Amino acid sequence: MLYREAGDFKTSYAEDSQTFPIRFDRYRYYAVLAIAVAVVPFVINDYWANAVLVPFLIWSIAAIGLNILTGYCGQVSLGTGGFMAVGAYSVYKLMTAFPDVSIFFHVIGAGLVTAAVGLLFGLPSLRIKGFYLAVATLAAQFFLVWLFNKVPWFYNYSASGQINAPERTVFGIEVTGPNTEAWAAYLFCLTFVIILGVIARNLTRGTLGRKWMAIRDMDIAAEIIGVNPLRAKLSAFAISSFFIGVAGALFFAVYLGAVEVGEAFGINQSFLVLFMIIIGGLGSIFGSFAGAAFMVLMPVLLKNVMVGGLGWDTALAAHTEFVIVGALIVVFLIMEPHGLAQLWRLAKEKLRLWPFPY
Amino acid sequence: MLDDTSDGYITTDGRRIGGVLMEMRNITLRFGGVVAIKDISFDIREGEIRAIIGPNGAGKSSMLNVISGFYHPQEGEVLFEGKPRPPMKPYQVARQGIARTFQNIALFNGMSVLDNVMTGRLTKMNAGLLAQGLWYGKAEREETENRIKAERVIDFLEIQHIRKTPVGRLPYGLKKRVELARALVAEPRLLLLDEPMAGMNVEEKEDMSRFILDVNDEFGTTIALIEHDMGVVMDLSDRVVVMDYGKKIGDGPPDEVRANQDVIDAYLGVAHD
Repeated sequence: MLYREAGDFKTSYAEDSQTFPIRFDRYRYYAVLAIAVAVVPFVINDYWANAVLVPFLIWSIAAIGLNILTGYCGQVSLGTGGFMAVGAYSVYKLMTAFPDVSIFFHVIGAGLVTAAVGLLFGLPSLRIKGFYLAVATLAAQFFLVWLFNKVPWFYNYSASGQINAPERTVFGIEVTGPNTEAWAAYLFCLTFVIILGVIARNLTRGTLGRKWMAIRDMDIAAEIIGVNPLRAKLSAFAISSFFIGVAGALFFAVYLGAVEVGEAFGINQSFLVLFMIIIGGLGSIFGSFAGAAFMVLMPVLLKNVMVGGLGWDTALAAHTEFVIVGALIVVFLIMEPHGLAQLWRLAKEKLRLWPFPY
Repeated sequence: MLDDTSDGYITTDGRRIGGVLMEMRNITLRFGGVVAIKDISFDIREGEIRAIIGPNGAGKSSMLNVISGFYHPQEGEVLFEGKPRPPMKPYQVARQGIARTFQNIALFNGMSVLDNVMTGRLTKMNAGLLAQGLWYGKAEREETENRIKAERVIDFLEIQHIRKTPVGRLPYGLKKRVELARALVAEPRLLLLDEPMAGMNVEEKEDMSRFILDVNDEFGTTIALIEHDMGVVMDLSDRVVVMDYGKKIGDGPPDEVRANQDVIDAYLGVAHD
């Protein structure tokens, strides 16, 4: 009897258009937030942080970013890895150039730089659509990786060609560098996830989100109601790139610590994020989280079962993992093209009517 | 019958029609060698229901597309509110206060009815990016204010019960009504309807006709519509433009047009001897 709309009357439009109109949903959301902020940091250990939680948080930001562009605005992009690299290299340059400024602002700055780059690569979207646009963003992916490899200024002329995250602190606690505690890295990423998640949700349910979705669903009709397609598409590219840039910055500075661009931000990452939003659900913020969780947890789970449980060889397990993840994606696309978010919606709809569905 | 002066006339049912809102002056539109519209002039007056009719391929939809900025005529001028209009993009035309519906419904299928209607208010909403991201201040105020406007139109067109339904799930007749709602909520000076009754049964046509009349009556919206159902056109409209092969062959009140020999020939065909 918990999950009900009945008796939960809305007396204003503001109440009606809130993110979680059902009371139970609202409480569940607060509970999840409370556990994430107040419980997890105390029980977290290095394995959980490095294998599961921190990558999940970072990939969530990237998935939200790509979902804004692809899921909400309908512009397919395969340049995610390249844009993450822009975020990583800009945070690196900012960190080394302004060592006294808080890393929090460096990460935001990296997002802004990536937004500008995204804007630039978004320009072709005015002329080309669909597959052709995907190919154009693919060019961005390869160009950016090549650029960071070839121009020594970006990696501060280091001999290895790698970039290494210097040690930085927030409120006196280290969040980057080799001595970072698991909970600090986790909380630092969580802060970004919460802030950016709320912003993404607000943007997508408001005026800008409607413009994006209008462009996605029917661009001619969008134009006839007064949406400037140029500005709508470019704003999607910029904001999406901001999110992806922040994700790239955190991925490098907090998670990996040292990065070789071709390896960390190659085309594989672009596809990974694309799979996340397809499996999670296009055009859904929850779907971005669900997709990121699925793609991060699935390999970990499979590895634990195959290596730990069945005692297989690591190499065999790694290959089997590819096969299984690939098969799962295909199964998902056939069974539920709208992703985990749609399953979640259906479950909620069933639950609302339970136990009297008629 | 009509008191046709430059500042308006009185219709047969006693409504007062104002001055010229939009004027098409010697419009010619060509696609390569094909002449879609040949030297057509007509005007649309404030508060009137103006119909454009003609056989298939007469150039009616092209004319509507000229008005809403999809096509730019090679010759001639479009005057809106007495001023010549420079070539404009469709979204700029929308901001001038011209809204329209499409022959084959152009709704946003992934969005709910309410969101679809709210998109009609987009030109009126201009909160900054930061305010929107934080859902604070102007963004929140604006959302509620425009929601009230949207709800009024939803009420008016009697689609309250489907407000949260995704548009993709609706039957055809309701979709047409939602599309009308989206155009109407923009509070247009001029509302263009491209075959609002196409593919409807008698009952749905009656409903739609009633809504069109009510819109004109309640909000004083000027309406220009294309329609094939002659009964509907003759009942609804104050004046009718008849097109055939891109040319204007008749213009005037329904009774006059009905009696026009060229119009009868165009619709029934004429023996060539």
